[in-house]
Amino acid sequence: MPTIDYRQIRPYGDTLDDGIIQLSFTLPVPFGEEAQEAARRWALQSGFWDPKVVVALDLGEGFTFFVLYACSTVCIDFTSIEVPKLSHERLEKSEIDLLIRTLLGRKLVIVGACIESDAHTVGIDAIMNMKGYNGHKGLESYHEIDAINLGSQVSCEELLTKAHEVLADAILISQVVTQKSLHLQNLTRMVELLELEGLRDRFLLVAGGPRINYELAKELGYDAGFGPGTYAEDVASFVLDRVLARCVK
Amino acid sequence: MTRPYPHNKLHLALDHIALARTLAKDIVDQITPFILSHSTVSVERSILRLLGIQGVDPEGIPLPNIIIDHLKEHHLLEEGAARSFAKACLHFKLDPQTLAGQLACRERSFEDLPDFPEEQIVDKAITLTQPLLEQISNQRQSREHCLSSLGDGSEPYLYVIVATGNIYEDVLQAKVAARQGADIIAVIRSTGQSLLDYVPYGPTTEGFGGTFATQENFRIMREALDEVGQELGRYIRLTNYCSGLCMPEIAVMGALERLDVMLNDSMYGIIFRDINMQRTFIDQYFSRLINGFAGIIINTGEDNYLTTSDALEAAHTVLASNFLNEQFAFLSRIPEEQQGLGHAMEINPDVPNAFLYEIAQAQLIREIFPRSPIKYMPPTKFMTGDIFRGHVQDTLFNVASIMTGQSIHLLGMLTEALHTPLMQDRFLSLESAKLVFKSLRHLQEEIRFTTEGVIQQHAQTTLQKAVGMLEEIQKIGLFKALEQGMFAEISRKPTGGRGLDGVFAKSSKYLNPSAWFDVRSS
Repeated sequence: MPTIDYRQIRPYGDTLDDGIIQLSFTLPVPFGEEAQEAARRWALQSGFWDPKVVVALDLGEGFTFFVLYACSTVCIDFTSIEVPKLSHERLEKSEIDLLIRTLLGRKLVIVGACIESDAHTVGIDAIMNMKGYNGHKGLESYHEIDAINLGSQVSCEELLTKAHEVLADAILISQVVTQKSLHLQNLTRMVELLELEGLRDRFLLVAGGPRINYELAKELGYDAGFGPGTYAEDVASFVLDRVLARCVK
Repeated sequence: MTRPYPHNKLHLALDHIALARTLAKDIVDQITPFILSHSTVSVERSILRLLGIQGVDPEGIPLPNIIIDHLKEHHLLEEGAARSFAKACLHFKLDPQTLAGQLACRERSFEDLPDFPEEQIVDKAITLTQPLLEQISNQRQSREHCLSSLGDGSEPYLYVIVATGNIYEDVLQAKVAARQGADIIAVIRSTGQSLLDYVPYGPTTEGFGGTFATQENFRIMREALDEVGQELGRYIRLTNYCSGLCMPEIAVMGALERLDVMLNDSMYGIIFRDINMQRTFIDQYFSRLINGFAGIIINTGEDNYLTTSDALEAAHTVLASNFLNEQFAFLSRIPEEQQGLGHAMEINPDVPNAFLYEIAQAQLIREIFPRSPIKYMPPTKFMTGDIFRGHVQDTLFNVASIMTGQSIHLLGMLTEALHTPLMQDRFLSLESAKLVFKSLRHLQEEIRFTTEGVIQQHAQTTLQKAVGMLEEIQKIGLFKALEQGMFAEISRKPTGGRGLDGVFAKSSKYLNPSAWFDVRSS
């Protein structure tokens, strides 16, 4: 076996450095031999080497769908990659409850909502509701957390008012609809509102949703962002870590 | 699949089913007097639309909304918008649209209209609504004609969604889908439309997560589907959302533009959109009268319960709600053949035997509602973004559907949880469903389930639990049940939520237009 050189990484098919990749896409051209050639040339011009159109299918109305295999000669240096990550330790539910009891000495208050026009509660519910998701209990089930889920289509103002009223430690914002980057506009709106009110530092601000990650959330001015596969304990661990850090200060 | 579904493979206790129906009817009967004695601003706006009033003022506010405000201001709403317009038309000798335009620019007021003999008013109201009710009847006939002359797909109907936000782009996507085998096209609405207390106007090209439901958008899509259907020799059905605060108005618009299927649940708005329950029960009743009259298949939204609750533990809540939706539909004179009761395949696929439980639940709904074009919803909650795994999950869903004789089959997309479907996603999904349906076409006639096996037992238990739940609701009433969060574990208060300010008690002089549908549908 040749050793892998992490400074020069290419896609792997079945042999190191073969660079094999799989592509599927649609072109707005009528099905036929010309369409196949168009797909092949598109891949070539995109920088792929030896593209093979393995299937071309007629979608109708002058559209054709393709599956291609091709090779890539592009290498990247894996050793130079740095991705910003959450620095805290990920705790389990019982540990979180225990730490809040012993170190914080009061309940942790978390308010959440799916804001503005977005009507999808599935994300915020998975994190906050008693039942949680996939066997991971939600924040409502934590003895030491006051979790208030306002549901969907909650305006930024309404959410902020509630956060104020209950003296929240953290505000969770879910955004599911991402068409035309609507989620970015909504998320930005919340940050702007908090800044306008001079309250940005008063609350921990956490974003969540299928197209959200830590890096994006930080860029938007949030304290953290959580993507797919996140459970209540991930969010709770983070909030607790930061709240405790603030107390120490 | 031909309906009524002939089998009893689950050995369900028929007396349990009958008991569930009696309980559900009782529950609906308990709130029927409330529903019938009240109306809402959206019901009255839909009556204005039936009078032929449409369009917007220079500021873009729909005329029906302006008129309702005017009637409210002069305390005329309690008598019904139909009475005011009948009187005004008699007095000014003008048609409703002209009067509406004059009201909007404050050239005219309905304050202090002279009274007319009751018979004359009722006659006038009937005459005024006749043209549009006739148009609706004609649309119903033309659907029936198209279905018999052009031909229909076979069940399970392949149902796909378009959601570009731009009606013209939707048309392209819909035509492509129809050519690829789709039988039903649903145009998803822009996120947030359900909470607008007016219906946007004209063709629209901007929306989020979907396209605004407007009468003009309905017309544009209908025309396109008729065109492609002619070419394909198959009638393509069109679906939209008769839900939210404008439920009754959307029903009228859909009936006029020959939509074929409408999402129209009796409780969805209450639970998932926090719309007030009083408002919803009144609105859904009236919207269903129209849908029934127009020959439109309603689809109920029980699949949504399973996005917040566990699909195994909450299976009986879906069934109990199906029973309620059935009785609410009967109240609005919708026959079983137009009741597309909803359910879904949402059990965690990592549960051992998950597929067996899915079969049990799907077969259960099929056997209990043998005449209904039941609607089966695909996995969404446990779609991970792994498109290859997702395609397998959807394939299992396709198998479950054909094995249990489902009627309306909403296709799962491999990119569920990622983005609204790309053209190629829909294609792959249609190809998969067609392949599965073709190769398993008569499987369900060949199979029986083991007596007292996993499938039979799970189905029987679910039925039993649904009966138990309905017994409880019958004791406390539906309002209380919703307050206790018995559906989807979401709790709503009778005076909470949006839209309660649009509810009012009908006065003794209220002109009740629902009787008109009776005359015409018989």
